[in-house]
Amino acid sequence: MPSIEVRGDEALVRHAIAVVTKVNKPCRRSRTLVVFGCLVSVACLGGRTAGAAAQQAPTSQSSPAIPASPLPAPFPAAPRPPAQPRFVVVLDAAHGGSDTGARLGDPLLEKDIVLALSVRLRSMLTARGIAVITTREADGTLLPVNRAETANHALAAACISLHATATGSGVHLFTSSLPATPPASRFLPWQTAQSGSITQSLRLSSEINSAMAHAEVPVSLGRTSLQPLDSFACPAVAVEIAPLSAAGGSQPAALSDASYQARVVDALAGAIQQWREDWRQQP
Amino acid sequence: MIPRYQKIIFWILLGAAILMSIVLIRLRERAHDRLQTAADKMPLNAPPIAPAETVTMLVANDADGSLSPVDQQIALPEEPGARARILLQRLLAGYAEPHSTHHVAASTGVEEVFLMPLARQKEGQMAVVNLSGAFVEGHPSGIETETMTLLSIIGTLHTNLPQITQVRFVVDGQPRETLAGHADLTRVYLAEDKSVEVRR
Repeated sequence: MPSIEVRGDEALVRHAIAVVTKVNKPCRRSRTLVVFGCLVSVACLGGRTAGAAAQQAPTSQSSPAIPASPLPAPFPAAPRPPAQPRFVVVLDAAHGGSDTGARLGDPLLEKDIVLALSVRLRSMLTARGIAVITTREADGTLLPVNRAETANHALAAACISLHATATGSGVHLFTSSLPATPPASRFLPWQTAQSGSITQSLRLSSEINSAMAHAEVPVSLGRTSLQPLDSFACPAVAVEIAPLSAAGGSQPAALSDASYQARVVDALAGAIQQWREDWRQQP
Repeated sequence: MIPRYQKIIFWILLGAAILMSIVLIRLRERAHDRLQTAADKMPLNAPPIAPAETVTMLVANDADGSLSPVDQQIALPEEPGARARILLQRLLAGYAEPHSTHHVAASTGVEEVFLMPLARQKEGQMAVVNLSGAFVEGHPSGIETETMTLLSIIGTLHTNLPQITQVRFVVDGQPRETLAGHADLTRVYLAEDKSVEVRR
């Protein structure tokens, strides 16, 4: 088989060559496909070289001493400065509607307290100039898949899933227990989309841990299997808030304590703001 | 008007039915007496008493989010599935006690544990733990407490039965999404996976 030198948009050309070489039967239909494939190849090469020539035109104008080559050089186009993506935070108030979550006391329900915390945190982040998307703003039933859709479509820089519990003390930070994989693929399995962001999620968790320690809120770190956390394709941490017990030498506080809630939310906002600074410095 | 011959047949059949009933009752009594006599004459064998073994329970602690190994002496049957069930029932019974460090509902907890060979691996078994519905309904809701329960079960199984490398959970024989609203019960847990843990 004759070798073909491939330049320019290699993927498109290879596809066209594949179409041409796949059909090798000497029939009328195959000949038509071969001609069509050749036309596609020529069109792709022509378009690519024309585009490259157009991009190279200013460079050649800025240096007139160098004579222009009759054939376009196959070097790549000049790199453009990458556009800075928007820093968006997704706040996921867990449960809602018929899914009440944990019963934290009469009549305190997990779904209500996490919604209140989400609204409070959103206001605080917005005041600091951070774009926030919430998965729910009211008491409605929302499936985990819908929450993950919201987060993944937003291309969020941080996803915080808010939970509350009556057991334990302080704040429990959980990241996904999925094994970390390099985010090489453009397509991720929905159920394990978080695996490509595990390293960043652990960094985000560490950031929140530092902020909580600064606010003198006891923290436990852990990894778990939780939906929709495992489906988030962004740095994601589940923050579970428990009442403060006197065991750690801290002042006991109930989940309904407004000052305790304010401490936790303030620490979270500070951690996310710090995460934004770190995120901007990331390559 | 009922013919005479039909009346005669009726009374004959009725008599036969009564007679057969009496015979059957008598035969049943004789069979019962025979079995009773045979049982009385059989020598009594003492049931095999399994010696108490030292087992290690991984006990969860809600206060500091830790799993601590605790040794206990219990008698276990020979069959691995039954051993696993007794182990877990003892573990969960401990959690239901008043001064437990990890409170769960007082119930049987584990109905059955099925051990299955892994399809694509030469070694190792998968344990399918059938939790009771009452236990799951009464379990406290929360990421940490649910994760601790699962880790405690998985760790206790793997520590005492090292051939168990994977664990799945069902509730009353049926798959279930979560334990009590948080921890995922649809996935297969790797018993040697240290990434699923809680630490201070």
